[in-house]
Amino acid sequence: MLKIENLHAGSEGHEILKGLSLTVPLGQVHALMGPNGAGKSTLSYVLAGHPSYQVTQGKIEWQGKDLLALAPEARAAAGVFLAFQYPVEIAGVTVMNFLNTALNAQRRARGEKPLDVISMAKFLRQRAQSMQLDEAILKRPLNVGFSGGEKKRNEVLQMAVLEPSLCVLDETDSGLDIDALRIVADGVNAMRSKDRAMLIITHYQRLLDYIRPDHVHVLQKGRIIRTGDASLVAELEEKGYGDMHAP
Amino acid sequence: MNVDLPLPEPYKYGFTTSIETLRAEKGLGEGTVRFIASQRKEPDWILDMRLKAFELWQSMTPPQWSKLDFAPIDFQASSYYAAPKTQKTPQSLDEVDPELLRTYEKLGIPLREQERLSGITSEIAVDAVFDSVSVATTYKKALAEKGILFCPLSEAIEKYPDLVRRYMGSVVPAEDNFYAALNMAVFTDGSFVYIPKGVRCPMELSTYFRINAESTGQFERTLIVADDDSSVSYLEGCTAPKRDEHQLHAAVVELVAMDRAHIKYATVQNWYPGDKEGRGGIYNFVTKRGLCAGQGAHISWTQVETGSAITWKYPSCVLKGDDSQGDFYSVAIVGNHQQADTGTKMIHLGKNTRSTIMAKSVSAGRAQATYRGLVKMTKTAKGARNKTQCDSLLIGDQCGAHTVPYIEQQQQNGHIEHEATTSKVSEEQLFYCRQRGLSEEEAMTLIVGGFCRDVMRKLPLEFAVEAQKLIGISLEGSVG
Repeated sequence: MLKIENLHAGSEGHEILKGLSLTVPLGQVHALMGPNGAGKSTLSYVLAGHPSYQVTQGKIEWQGKDLLALAPEARAAAGVFLAFQYPVEIAGVTVMNFLNTALNAQRRARGEKPLDVISMAKFLRQRAQSMQLDEAILKRPLNVGFSGGEKKRNEVLQMAVLEPSLCVLDETDSGLDIDALRIVADGVNAMRSKDRAMLIITHYQRLLDYIRPDHVHVLQKGRIIRTGDASLVAELEEKGYGDMHAP
Repeated sequence: MNVDLPLPEPYKYGFTTSIETLRAEKGLGEGTVRFIASQRKEPDWILDMRLKAFELWQSMTPPQWSKLDFAPIDFQASSYYAAPKTQKTPQSLDEVDPELLRTYEKLGIPLREQERLSGITSEIAVDAVFDSVSVATTYKKALAEKGILFCPLSEAIEKYPDLVRRYMGSVVPAEDNFYAALNMAVFTDGSFVYIPKGVRCPMELSTYFRINAESTGQFERTLIVADDDSSVSYLEGCTAPKRDEHQLHAAVVELVAMDRAHIKYATVQNWYPGDKEGRGGIYNFVTKRGLCAGQGAHISWTQVETGSAITWKYPSCVLKGDDSQGDFYSVAIVGNHQQADTGTKMIHLGKNTRSTIMAKSVSAGRAQATYRGLVKMTKTAKGARNKTQCDSLLIGDQCGAHTVPYIEQQQQNGHIEHEATTSKVSEEQLFYCRQRGLSEEEAMTLIVGGFCRDVMRKLPLEFAVEAQKLIGISLEGSVG
């Protein structure tokens, strides 16, 4: 279970999250919606441990562990995955090399044996196919020259490869055309499981037409102001964030 | 980034072998030159070359044009010859001092010839140079069956004087520069390679240079001649013990490629780089040059420079034969207080000659990396082409990268392209990698490895893995 309590966090002395509380149990998919500047991406960075963000108050527990005490790579090994809104480019490092290094680093951190080259290549190819990605993408340098859609599909591919237990998707729908959106949603839906918690951060309801969330939270000015079931999505779409008030 | 990193243990070759050593007294004079020649039992014509070079050197001054900052070297403070005392020229590996065999084992250099298993083990012939002398050369017999000569230069002077007389100093003469003159005066063992007409060398040849003795310089000389339609791939590696003093390494390498011959020369330079404060480390002043003497000859330099306190090195190609080709692929990785001023010279003389330069530098800590390169096309070089790509990567904000290209174009229809980029390892890249489970240092190694990839691919496969590891080791402690 992910348990966030009274979280205050920000960057460069500027407080963005102002007492956010949120719980996502294993086996559930939660959507976090909100207008620009509400603090959605800040939450995703804080969860992943970005060094530019500081937590001033509150706590985050994941599976009973104090997440804030862990380095980013230890959080990854504990099952935390962030699909980035803006995936970075790394020249000269192929997707295959990157995933091989990442997966084996996590396996080592968990005390598991690293996968050998052949099993790894087979596994990665199979996952790429399931994301309807041309295998050739594995041999391209990470995100270099990728289209917006390819970058996002590559994020979900990485999620499928690393098999995290907490998936945080930060505006994964932005910049996707309708076909890519469906492929990404299929990838995410395929990973729904009783052993996994998912937090889908989005500005629009579009993605949620394909991924039905169990719960929806509305974030505004650094706090959750409403929580409801999937029907809240339609209400938001109709009324906009401006009319949204705490009940 | 404020993370506590374990204290770096970056240099794992810093041990010393305890072995009785015969050495020249400190200092450099005519007596030193004569001492070296007499130790090596050289013929008079070699001694004459040495003495002439020494006289010339005395009239020269060290070059000042590089972007290297160091106190003037006291050439009288070091010794110019050191050799293990037990070492008579061994006739077989069984006669090599076990202490030396252990040393090379520790360095990971195979001095035992492998059982020949076709297609399974890749064989590498090794010439092991310890201070001033070659202590073992493997696979000599197997190579001799193909007519390939692979031996220490001292042995070549004795056995193949005609070849040595013809080629030694023909590409890098003593008068070339201050350090080349010094080398000619006091040179000791490097390797000699001759590939006969039409022969493709069946295995990688390599020379492994080890400085062991204290307060001693290493001044090896290597000569590789590839006759018509032959090919050879050669690799050199270098390490030295950790010491607080600076030790001088001033080598000369000459390559000669005849008609359609192909020489691939790769270097993995890992001399002791000095400590975090810049104490100690090798001063590496090396002159390397290849002559594409024949039509369609091809010389390719690949270097991975991670060691030395100071590197001053410009492996070059003289493209004399028509349609000949020169390549220079380089990665220089410097950290702490290391300084590297390295690059190449491509001298186009023949028609339709081509050259490719790909130089990458990675600087961390307070290190400075400079690319310095000359592309020259003379009037005779009709249709010549060059492509130069220089990329610099910076880690942190106290290091520097500099690119100094020189272009001399006398050829109307020659073609020269030059591209240069500078980039930084960004915090976002590091975070992205860490989010996927890599430690900060693993992330740095991956990013730098990616940056260097196009050059690393040019290394012989057997060494690419080792070189990749070296990147990781060189960068240890550079984050945080």
